Amino acid sequence: MIPLSWYLILGAALFCIGIYGVFARRNAVAILMAVELMLNAVNINLVAFWRYLTPEKSTGMAWAIFVLTVAAAEAAVGLALVISIYRSRDSIIAEDMDLLKN
Amino acid sequence: MVEQILFVLLAIITLGSALFVVTDRNLFHAALALMVSFAGVAGIYITLDAGFLAMAQLLVYIGAISILIIFAIMMTRRLMQAVEMPFNSQRWLGLFGAVITFVVLAVVIGRYWPIAPSADTFLASIPAVDPEVMSGSVARLGVSFVNPDAYVIPFEVASVLLLAALVGAIVVAWPKVEDKS
Amino acid sequence: MTHETLTILTWLIPAGPLLAFFVIVLFTNRSRTLSWMVAWAGVFVALILGWTVALNTAAVGVHHLEEHPTVASGAIPWIPVGDFFEGTWINIGVAVDPLTAVTLIMVTFTVTMIFIYSVGYHNWGAPLGKILGVPNHLQEEPLLSRFFAFMSLFAGGMLILVVADNLLLLFIGWELMGFTSYSLIGFWYAREYHLGPGDIPHIPPYKASVKAFMTTRVADVVMLLGIVFFYFEFGTMNFNEAFTPESFELVLNAIGPVAIGAMALMLFTGTVGKSAQFPLHVWLPDAMEGPTPVSAVIHAAAMVSAGVYFLLRIFPLLAVASGPLGTQTVSYIIAGIGAFTALMAATIAISQNDVKGVLAYSTISQLGFMVAAIGIGGYVAGAFHLITHGFFKALLFLASGSVIHGMEHGAHEVHDHHTDPQDMRYMGGLRKKMPITFWTFLIGGLALAGLPLITAGFWSKDEIFAEAWYLWESDGSLLPLIVFVMLAIAAFLTAYYTARQISMTFLGKPRTPLAEHAHESNAFMTIPLILLSVFAVIAGWAGIPENFPGIGPVINLNYFHHFVGATIYKLMEELYELHLVAHPIETLPFNMEPLITSLVVALGGLFLGWWIYGRKPLKEGESDPVAGPLGPIYTFLYNKWYIDELYERVFINPTTYVSEKVVYQAMDKTVIDGILHSVARGFYGFGYYVKRFEEVVISGGVDKLKDGFLDIAEEFRQLQTGRVQEYALISALIAVALIAVVLLINYGWFGQFF
Repeated sequence: MIPLSWYLILGAALFCIGIYGVFARRNAVAILMAVELMLNAVNINLVAFWRYLTPEKSTGMAWAIFVLTVAAAEAAVGLALVISIYRSRDSIIAEDMDLLKN
Repeated sequence: MVEQILFVLLAIITLGSALFVVTDRNLFHAALALMVSFAGVAGIYITLDAGFLAMAQLLVYIGAISILIIFAIMMTRRLMQAVEMPFNSQRWLGLFGAVITFVVLAVVIGRYWPIAPSADTFLASIPAVDPEVMSGSVARLGVSFVNPDAYVIPFEVASVLLLAALVGAIVVAWPKVEDKS
Repeated sequence: MTHETLTILTWLIPAGPLLAFFVIVLFTNRSRTLSWMVAWAGVFVALILGWTVALNTAAVGVHHLEEHPTVASGAIPWIPVGDFFEGTWINIGVAVDPLTAVTLIMVTFTVTMIFIYSVGYHNWGAPLGKILGVPNHLQEEPLLSRFFAFMSLFAGGMLILVVADNLLLLFIGWELMGFTSYSLIGFWYAREYHLGPGDIPHIPPYKASVKAFMTTRVADVVMLLGIVFFYFEFGTMNFNEAFTPESFELVLNAIGPVAIGAMALMLFTGTVGKSAQFPLHVWLPDAMEGPTPVSAVIHAAAMVSAGVYFLLRIFPLLAVASGPLGTQTVSYIIAGIGAFTALMAATIAISQNDVKGVLAYSTISQLGFMVAAIGIGGYVAGAFHLITHGFFKALLFLASGSVIHGMEHGAHEVHDHHTDPQDMRYMGGLRKKMPITFWTFLIGGLALAGLPLITAGFWSKDEIFAEAWYLWESDGSLLPLIVFVMLAIAAFLTAYYTARQISMTFLGKPRTPLAEHAHESNAFMTIPLILLSVFAVIAGWAGIPENFPGIGPVINLNYFHHFVGATIYKLMEELYELHLVAHPIETLPFNMEPLITSLVVALGGLFLGWWIYGRKPLKEGESDPVAGPLGPIYTFLYNKWYIDELYERVFINPTTYVSEKVVYQAMDKTVIDGILHSVARGFYGFGYYVKRFEEVVISGGVDKLKDGFLDIAEEFRQLQTGRVQEYALISALIAVALIAVVLLINYGWFGQFF
């Protein structure tokens, strides 16, 4: 008896929490963690829609699997970058990474 | 009734730990909270009859990604000993942005799919599905991954992506070769 | 010979010298010898053809000529007037009548003699002179080709003038001679004089040639206006076409006596300039700066004769203009100028010391005789004197050139190059040294003086006196009498200064070493002298009047009078019948008075001159014996009546002043250049302001625009903080805002959610 909208709102809330983390956290690793949260929120949305609208197909699930895969790859690469940056600059504060300034 | 309570519980776990992730000063605690959040999401999947995905979630997110994050935290920890703010200069604006986003999203969602749980509105409840069909969902998923008319190409591409990510991560994180003069 | 043949030969007469000119200029100018040979060939051809044509004219017979004076004529169309096909054309052509014939005889012969003489005068065969543009005494003239080229052109010009049948072609010959005389007078273009106080005044040849050209130019302008006026009224410039009784009547009725008199006087002005009458006579004495053959040809044979010849050509017009229906003033002016010139020039001649200077003033004086004769109506008398004067004056000039050459030989031998070889005070005793020159000079001088019976000058001068006397007696008008008296005095002075000249030059003892060592000139020079002296004697015998006591009835033919008179005999008869002219061409009755006058003045003048200068010849260093007694009069005459100085003050200085100060300084430099400079400065200033405008407004404006853009960009730069989180936040906010806007638009207020 759970309406679809509850899942969607859950996903939205999780997404927005993640987005807040992206905006407001200083540490680069923390930003990446927030990004993972956002991806999870997306996945919740996907699966919810799948279950409520086309449960007999595999599309939604497959897509969710792919999101999962990509999130994993991205996390790996991102963290590798963070480490590399940490090595060269001795800091992983996102605010300080302003080489694109002006 | 039960489902709703279960849902709310899981939601609280997920969202609460998520909040913890984004607000905690101690990064290590944040990483652990992340794992909890992942677990809550896995529980949501189970309520949506996506058991395979729940397991995958546990294995991949909690088992691999979280560990990876903890590794990263550990390796960059020296700086994190210092007492510092977890938030940067735009936290209030970010908070505002996040809240606004949520409000907008909620408005959009609420327009299409009514929130109040009543039986006669659209998608007010999980549609009933034949258990036979539901049990074969994993098999169907597997077939769709190798079916040329389905998602074999994305599947293969995903595997290539993983390979690239693997190689890339190694290359990027490779320690710099210092030439000793 | 047929009419056509004669016409062709007439066309060819000027062709010889003209062709010689072109050949010399284009081909033979490097070889002096070839050049003079070509020039000789040219004038010999002209001589042969001229004499042929003239003698054939004479062969026609006087009676036939009186009816039809023109024996040869031919014309070609030249300038179209009006429409090319439909309109009339100005023709140019040749015409031969008795006047042409006698002039041809005189001109061709004297010019040929002068050409022969010139080869010797310029010392051909002697060592070559080195300095160009100055006389190289006794050395061969280096620019001999140039000399003969100009001389040939000059001869061609004169012959064109003589055979021309219309005013235009005559004027062309006129101007050709003007140009060549300028070139020839200034032949020694680099010659400068360094004169001491007692020397004869000279102006350098380059100035003399300009003076000659300018003076005659003044006259030629008026003459050209006269020609235009003539053409305008008569409708043609052809003499035979214009001078008919009908056309004279038409023109007289159309423009009246005053205008026709003005036309006549305008044309006469040409003669005043060309034949050196007062007041335009000033160029002729200075034209002596040219080599002596030039003086001979210009001032005896050809150019000055051209002025009188022209006057004879338009004689019918002069007669009508001063006739009963015209204004007598015309003849007063013409004869008055002529007589005054004759007298004035003779008075100046008695005081001159330059051997060529005396001859120059003598020429002016004799031309005055001719002009006066024509002025009172003596057509034949004027023509007669023209012809005889051509012969004996050319002879005199050539002989004087021989004298100068002799003096230069003497100067070379004693190495004295400072004494003027032309100054008669330094001559003397040349009779013994240069006998041929002496005898030929004597013959010429006596002809000039008018020694009775045996010299040509006597007969022609006597004719003039006879004409004047006759007209005075028959008409009773004063003009012929005044002319008679003035010319008589002038004739007396002529004889006097001739005797003076001969005595100072040839008689007595040599007064300077130059004269001491003079010797006779070469054959090139002496043979023409001899030949010319023959003519100086016999030419007059063609004009012995029938009623002259003694000889006259024996010959019983005043050939010259009838022959030349035939030119306009018929025309004047017709005009006389129409009462357009006062007298026709008439045989003069014999009168004692003019004859006695001529005898007295000629013999008296010669005697007086010999008495003062020849009986007790001048000693060395002695000054002119009359200078003391005449005192200030002598000074006045010696300075040529101060006319040159007067012209200098009245005409030349103001003109120079105006051209220098007014036109050049004020108008050209100050005004015109000032305007130009101001315009230039204006443009500079304008350019400066345009540049400033460009700098400040345009570039400045563009610069400010650029700075403004830079400032704006600077502001916008702040957006790029380099912080990815900020980018993400802003993107998200904008996206959300957009969605919100879309929502609000689509769904109005938040009405229906929840």
